[in-house]
Amino acid sequence: MYRSHVLVCGGTGCTSSNSLKIIDKLEEELAAQGLSEEVKVVRTGCFGLCALGPIMVVYPEGAFYSRVTVEDIPEIVSEHLLKGRIVTRLLYDETVGKDEIKSLNETDFYKKQVRVALRNCGVIDPESIDEYIAQDGYQALAKCLTEYTPEQVIQVITDSGLRGRGGGGFPTGRKWALCAPNKAPQKYVVCNADEGDPGAFMDRSVLEGDPHCIVEAMAIAGYAIGATKGFVYVRAEYPIAVQRLQIAIDEARAYGLLGKDIFGSGFDFDMEIRLGAGAFVCGEETALMTSIEGNRGEPRPRPPYPAVKGLFGMPTVENNVETFANVPQIILRGAEWFASMGTEKSKGTKVFALGGKIKHTGLVEIPMGTTLREIVEEIGGGIPNGKKFKAAQTGGPSGGCIPASLIDTAIDYDNLIALGCMMGSGGMIVMDEDTCMVDIAKFFLEFTVDESCGKCTPCRVGTKRLLEKLDKITKGNGTLQDIDDLEELCHYIKENSLCGLGQTAPNPVLSTLHFFRDEYVAHVTEKRCPAGVCKSLLSYAVVAEKCKGCTACARVCPVGAISGTVKNPHVIDTSKCIKCGACMEKCRFGAIVKR
Amino acid sequence: MKKKISKLPFRGTAEQERQLHEVIGKYKSDPSRLMTVMQEAQEIYGYLPIEVQQMIADGMNVPLEKVYGVATFYAQFALSPKGVYNVSVCLGTACYVKGAGDLFNKISEKLGIGADECTEDGRFSLTACRCIGACGLAPVLTVNNDVYGRLTVDDVDGILAKYND
Repeated sequence: MYRSHVLVCGGTGCTSSNSLKIIDKLEEELAAQGLSEEVKVVRTGCFGLCALGPIMVVYPEGAFYSRVTVEDIPEIVSEHLLKGRIVTRLLYDETVGKDEIKSLNETDFYKKQVRVALRNCGVIDPESIDEYIAQDGYQALAKCLTEYTPEQVIQVITDSGLRGRGGGGFPTGRKWALCAPNKAPQKYVVCNADEGDPGAFMDRSVLEGDPHCIVEAMAIAGYAIGATKGFVYVRAEYPIAVQRLQIAIDEARAYGLLGKDIFGSGFDFDMEIRLGAGAFVCGEETALMTSIEGNRGEPRPRPPYPAVKGLFGMPTVENNVETFANVPQIILRGAEWFASMGTEKSKGTKVFALGGKIKHTGLVEIPMGTTLREIVEEIGGGIPNGKKFKAAQTGGPSGGCIPASLIDTAIDYDNLIALGCMMGSGGMIVMDEDTCMVDIAKFFLEFTVDESCGKCTPCRVGTKRLLEKLDKITKGNGTLQDIDDLEELCHYIKENSLCGLGQTAPNPVLSTLHFFRDEYVAHVTEKRCPAGVCKSLLSYAVVAEKCKGCTACARVCPVGAISGTVKNPHVIDTSKCIKCGACMEKCRFGAIVKR
Repeated sequence: MKKKISKLPFRGTAEQERQLHEVIGKYKSDPSRLMTVMQEAQEIYGYLPIEVQQMIADGMNVPLEKVYGVATFYAQFALSPKGVYNVSVCLGTACYVKGAGDLFNKISEKLGIGADECTEDGRFSLTACRCIGACGLAPVLTVNNDVYGRLTVDDVDGILAKYND
């Protein structure tokens, strides 16, 4: 028996800020103090509050240490673990109450969260099948194989109202039901872990923090549709996820939870990992299958749908990681339980990756129907540096923006679609007043132009023309006609592209045009960037009344565009200025302004 | 995606070739493993010059055009060698919003190379990547396997100096 458990986050965020060295140092200090038999160190998956990483939690007290460094470890060991005195200075300040420490679940960040897909992340050691089993792991699979027929499994998933968490929101039960009756010598279950939407990392966190739940869910899906083989297609950029998933598959095989005759039911299922190679389009299901087959990952026209003719020409069900992560819990706790959360047409919870200009960046899992205001202001802790919230971008390069005026929107699939946004995989980038919406649209188009596979013309050529127009506008050479052309071309690309990538690529433009048309117009008619981002439209100037003539700006200017004498106001020669902003950073009197 | 194709002469060793043939031997029977072979070949050589692609095509018994097609389709496959230290700046949304673009420009200026280029001494190469999933630490860059987060332009000199051994 251990008297204390120390949980250290081993997710990618915290690993990047040295959590593995922290674990080594902890083990070393514990051994030096003779505590190795009394205190157990567990490397867990992601806690979600990445902004405060590296994170460490000590139980039974539940002390939540944030931004821990290797140098802090001796103090934590000798004070807290040896003498039982919590090191208050390292606690996350929101958990420090009067005379007591508050539980993590009472903090603003966690209070409104409901963890289903992430329930084991940051709780168990992802490399231990026993810890997963202790959390009811593999019981859902056992229940399916011994108590349910495949039809009943599909019925439970259908009744729960679970919809695909990867973007489109297609009902999972229906997807399975479409595939189940198709007869074929081999059928497949595919897990889409090619999380390509920049800014989203929930799938990676599930694979890193709770890989067994994916193994279990895929076996359940296999049983439901009559498939005996599964593939997980993971981005090669996620080495920790790949490694832990492989360990999980190996452990499951060793325990007889994968392989032949699972639970003596006569059901066979096995799976393997395939690595992606960095192509955004492979997140599209037919492209992903083409890629698993060893080809250029180009999408195929549908029909035939994958349920009929998918991977290697066989009936296939493909779901995303987060979708699968919900399955075992639905089986164990029942469809009614799951359907009791969320809104009328969007059941359950959704994980969002909060990023951008927000205090608490990280992963949050909330019931569908939570308002954007609750996410940004309460859970996310608001916008740093006293800036104003301008918009939240969801759905990545396929999605759109929700402006500040609609901050009370309840987030679910249908409300987002109605706003011209998309749930996407759940990336949520918060923007403040310093973000230029035209520039953001251009950023996403640069991405899609890069990632368009080139198979169909509307996407390959159309996105390029969109980008050219946006570039023209941000350089101050646009006309009002360009804005109209932009809009027309967007609709054309949406209607005529072959796959989801092209059909959604214009969304960032359409959405910003819809909510922030005035910014586009300002770029065109006034040659002005209201947010002060587009360099070609900016100019720097010295406010004479504030300038003390300290010469700091003139000395830092790389092109010698600033002139003036000591103790007299300086002047910027705009014809020489390259708009690097160095002078503005250097000025201690706030005398340099961007216009 | 446009790829830079290196004009540097191929300098593969016999040992590398032996390792490659071992990999090919392992996956030869399964044509869907072409990408796996190419991924492991890139581990061995650091990039996929045409000579290596030809060996893979011969070994896996597929046309060279297919190997080339796959190599040019996926961002992960490099057709130019990387420097001893590869600096990769994340230009994903979260990092971009937090100023990763300035970071990239500063490094580019400092090293005198653009995206997917290598310095003349073969020490540094520079790439822009799309989201490594450490968005909580934005903006982020990696130098080989080291990750640096919560950066400002002023951190660039210090980071590069660490690799000037």
